[in-house]
Amino acid sequence: MSDINANGGMTEAGPVEAGFGDYVALLKPRVMSLVVFTALVGLLVAPVHVHPFVAFTSVLFIALGAGASGALNMWWDADIDQVMRRTKGRPIPAGLVQPGEALGLGLALSGLSVMMLSLAANIMAGALLAFTIFFYAVVYSMWLKRSTPQNIVIGGAAGAFPPMVGWVAATGSVSLEACLMFLLIFMWTPPHFWSLALFMNSDYEKAGVPMLTVTHGKRVTRNHILVYTIALVPCALAAGFTSIGGPIYLAVSALLNAGFLWGAWRIWRRDEAVAEADGYATEKSVFKFSILYLFLHFGAFLAEAALKPWGMGGW
Amino acid sequence: MAFKPEHEIYKRRFGRNLGLGLVLAGFVALVFGLTVVKVTNGDPMQGFDHVVRPEMTPAPQPGGNG
Repeated sequence: MSDINANGGMTEAGPVEAGFGDYVALLKPRVMSLVVFTALVGLLVAPVHVHPFVAFTSVLFIALGAGASGALNMWWDADIDQVMRRTKGRPIPAGLVQPGEALGLGLALSGLSVMMLSLAANIMAGALLAFTIFFYAVVYSMWLKRSTPQNIVIGGAAGAFPPMVGWVAATGSVSLEACLMFLLIFMWTPPHFWSLALFMNSDYEKAGVPMLTVTHGKRVTRNHILVYTIALVPCALAAGFTSIGGPIYLAVSALLNAGFLWGAWRIWRRDEAVAEADGYATEKSVFKFSILYLFLHFGAFLAEAALKPWGMGGW
Repeated sequence: MAFKPEHEIYKRRFGRNLGLGLVLAGFVALVFGLTVVKVTNGDPMQGFDHVVRPEMTPAPQPGGNG
């Protein structure tokens, strides 16, 4: 995409046509990779054997559903994507893909992914995937994102559904374990995004997105990060006492929660002058740690499930 | 006389068409694989081959006409 310029996808040589990669970029591949991982863990830790090919297909279509909601989000948010530094290189603001194409792709892939997951796994999983797409595209993108500073809190549910969909794809029903995996991501999302918003504030302000940092200031955001991190801890630890947890998970979770709490505490103690002086070093390190936090929690679930056949994982 | 060099736009179109072709081929393979797995792992299936099988005829009801 080196020939993108400010002329809406035009170069001196003429119009630029979107390549295959530009349509793939509409599906937010980085978000999809997280969805693949959490959905796969949800599916593998379920106490039901799933044929490997069915598992592969299920995870693929859960990821495709997430990609479809990403395309719908890019269609809806094209105007604010153009303003933000982080997003203005996306295919629509760069003029490579027309908004209508993104809408068409998003709707088509939504239908396809829901239908195929229903066929590959079960109707319940397909219905939950459809609800996830609806939640992200309509509830978060169209409704909450531009109307409330709590957008991240409620909208975080969209990112929390994939492990639950994976679990339902395997078992056909929702259980306590699936709810706790959901809760882990749901409670993790606000401190994760708010620590990002602390050092990306100017961009959200320019786009008019009511992030907490913009509407209530950074002091309130710092308070919120600490409170939500404290609330996250019992949710993360509780999963350790269910059938998907075990001593390994509990040990990993205790360490990670201690680290996250320590990071949230450090963010809370700082004021703006100190943060600006060191280029938001603490906020950036906590943001990076939060990614590791989630990855290792789900990794620990997987380790417990993988060790079970040898009589080691679980309680 | 040399041909005009191919415009970059055709390369992009080719890449897009090739990508789409591969995705469609992958989808067909996926549906085929899924069908094989579902059929071989499911309940035993019976093929109906237009041959009368008396054991499948419902038993006459007591007191009925059949």
